Amino acid sequence: MKYVDEFRDGELARLLAATIAAEVQPGRTYHLMEFCGGHTHAIFRYGLPDLLPANIRLIHGAGCPVCVLPIARLDMAMALAKHPDVILCTYGDMLRVPGSGRTSLLKIRAEGNDVRMVYSPADCIRIAQQNPDKQVVFFAIGFETTTPPTAVVIEQASRLQLPNLSVFCNHVLTPAAMHGILDTRSSGEAVRIDGFIGPAYVSTVIGSDPYEPFPAQYGTPVVIAGFEPLDVLQAVLMLVRQLNDGRCEVENEFTRAVTHSGNHKAKAVVEQVFELRDTFEWRGLGFMPNSALQIREQYRALDAEYRFAGLLQQHADQLSRLPQDNKACECPQVLRGLKNPRDCKLFDNPCTPDNPLGSCMVSSEGACAAYYQYGRVKDRIPAVTVAPTVTEA
Amino acid sequence: MARIDWQNGKVEMVHGSGGRAMQQLIRELFASEFKNEFLDQGNDGAILPLHLPCSPDGARLVMATDAHVIAPLFFPGGDIGCLSVHGTLNDVAMNGAAPLYLAAAFVLEEGFPLADLKRIVQSMAQAAREAGVPIVTGDTKVVERGKGDGVFITTTAIGAVSEGVELSGANARPGDKVLVSGSMGDHGVTILSLRESLGFESELQSDTQSLQELVLSFVGRVPGLRCLRDPTRGGLANTLNEIAQQSGVGVHLQEAAIPVKPVVASACEFLGLDPLYVANEGKLIAICAPEEADTLLALLREHPKGRDAAIVGEIIEDPHHFVQMTTRFGGRRMVDWLNGEQLPRIC
Repeated sequence: MKYVDEFRDGELARLLAATIAAEVQPGRTYHLMEFCGGHTHAIFRYGLPDLLPANIRLIHGAGCPVCVLPIARLDMAMALAKHPDVILCTYGDMLRVPGSGRTSLLKIRAEGNDVRMVYSPADCIRIAQQNPDKQVVFFAIGFETTTPPTAVVIEQASRLQLPNLSVFCNHVLTPAAMHGILDTRSSGEAVRIDGFIGPAYVSTVIGSDPYEPFPAQYGTPVVIAGFEPLDVLQAVLMLVRQLNDGRCEVENEFTRAVTHSGNHKAKAVVEQVFELRDTFEWRGLGFMPNSALQIREQYRALDAEYRFAGLLQQHADQLSRLPQDNKACECPQVLRGLKNPRDCKLFDNPCTPDNPLGSCMVSSEGACAAYYQYGRVKDRIPAVTVAPTVTEA
Repeated sequence: MARIDWQNGKVEMVHGSGGRAMQQLIRELFASEFKNEFLDQGNDGAILPLHLPCSPDGARLVMATDAHVIAPLFFPGGDIGCLSVHGTLNDVAMNGAAPLYLAAAFVLEEGFPLADLKRIVQSMAQAAREAGVPIVTGDTKVVERGKGDGVFITTTAIGAVSEGVELSGANARPGDKVLVSGSMGDHGVTILSLRESLGFESELQSDTQSLQELVLSFVGRVPGLRCLRDPTRGGLANTLNEIAQQSGVGVHLQEAAIPVKPVVASACEFLGLDPLYVANEGKLIAICAPEEADTLLALLREHPKGRDAAIVGEIIEDPHHFVQMTTRFGGRRMVDWLNGEQLPRIC
């Protein structure tokens, strides 16, 4: 496949891995955090840890949009979905996430509520037009990558004066979360991060400039990298070289699409529709100031938090009495890179992708799910000693 | 795996998606309530101890059934009609058997266009004619508007398997080779690309086809053949996990050897899906003794329906019964059961 296979070339990968192995300094460990769940997924899907020398430690970060959404917000979405007039639309990964009382959007759909998976928020406009007697709510989540499409939908719905579409906005900001992780570092909970692998898709929107504070304020280098396995290996090599040379910079591995200042059109529509929230809760990271977006007053008519304020308040009162996260769940520590999924007592038993107790097990981008799905039992998997005698297709 | 809540639980989509939740429902409800030695064979169809009087070589009877629900009803490469014939014939064929007779039951929704029903039935008739298997009995029910989704079709087939042919998902042994008869994921990706919410255009075609001809072309000629399966719902990954469980072995795949058409790979890439978990309706998995793998591969490739066959991996010893894969990249990973529906990732 053109433009994909080039970045999955096994020969090149082995060359890159050999270069990394030759350049790492023995006796030194390199703690590199891949912030984004997409990277975590790629690392496990392609078995990259097998290719890297033992002194490269990949630490999985908080960049899984499903994982960082607090249960309270998911409960609000489920309260909306249970309203008989509401069609709740959202992205696929969100459907299975357990909220309070072990229920999920899929479960409440089985109870007869109208919950729909969309690939694009633009589908919500069509659904709203086709169902004029229903209230269509788009449950919007994600980082900077998914924010511009939501902004476009709000802008279009406003222009079309669609009376029955609204957006429940949960968009969050990548740099804010990276600050959050590094700030907890100084507060005593020590996670060592020598360098960040930054998410390329986010940077196609916001550019590379927003990462400049990390070398400057924290002395932590950043390499913005694509999501193909060769991208990740190249980024590891670039970080190793920075650390070996004593450099500390923002470097861009994804030059095929990322510029310093990003996508101006996308940033403009986001700016037009959204403004910073004073504070927002991140699962595992707590409340962080200026870390999320809300819909501007001008578009308030399309803001589900206003349109359904009464209903949400009523549910908030009931929900605050329900138990939330499982006490033994280590997702907060996993999301901050303080623990490895295997360190959690619940991992594999009873917490599995079929029965997720914590958010990191739900989305395939979550560190726990990636470990479970692809690497769960690496130490228990029998090594394949026979040379493969496979006929190429 | 969470326990099934028999008091307050509800049927969810995961219970039909071919993964662990469906296995659990089958094991704890159907297999346990219906328990008998034939059902316990645990294969795509049941081999019955009835020797066919008309058959000189003492062939035994095989029976399989399949309910077909699909949206949209018509898709490039086929429709629910021919699919409902192929699916059940293939289940019989996976026992190494020749299908003989078919039965069909229809649940129709009030208001469904008769012209569409006619197209579907004509397509079934043609598929049955092509396979040389008559539809000999049937049933029709109509439900009120809103109580069905257009058309549901259940078909049942019986067939005959020759003496000496003993195929089962429980037969795989360490060292055996794993073959597939062609490219993976064509059917499932075609259907997904058509779902209205995607508006995704492509030149994809479902691979729906009957496989008995292909199966009968090699089944008597490869004594070391252990098992045949058609990787429908849940795709190659779930089917191999089932076989690994049933046989008490592990499976080791080579990603680079698994045939996936470029258009399917691109669509999966775009939709955030893994082709190993996508349904096929005209492909088979064969497991056979290592010394006969090349013979079987050559026999498969001789037939037009097996032209793109490949050896994709081997059976290994593994007390955990895992399916693992050496990636194109040289790394290793698990190919776990699919947990419920395959849901696309957000970004």
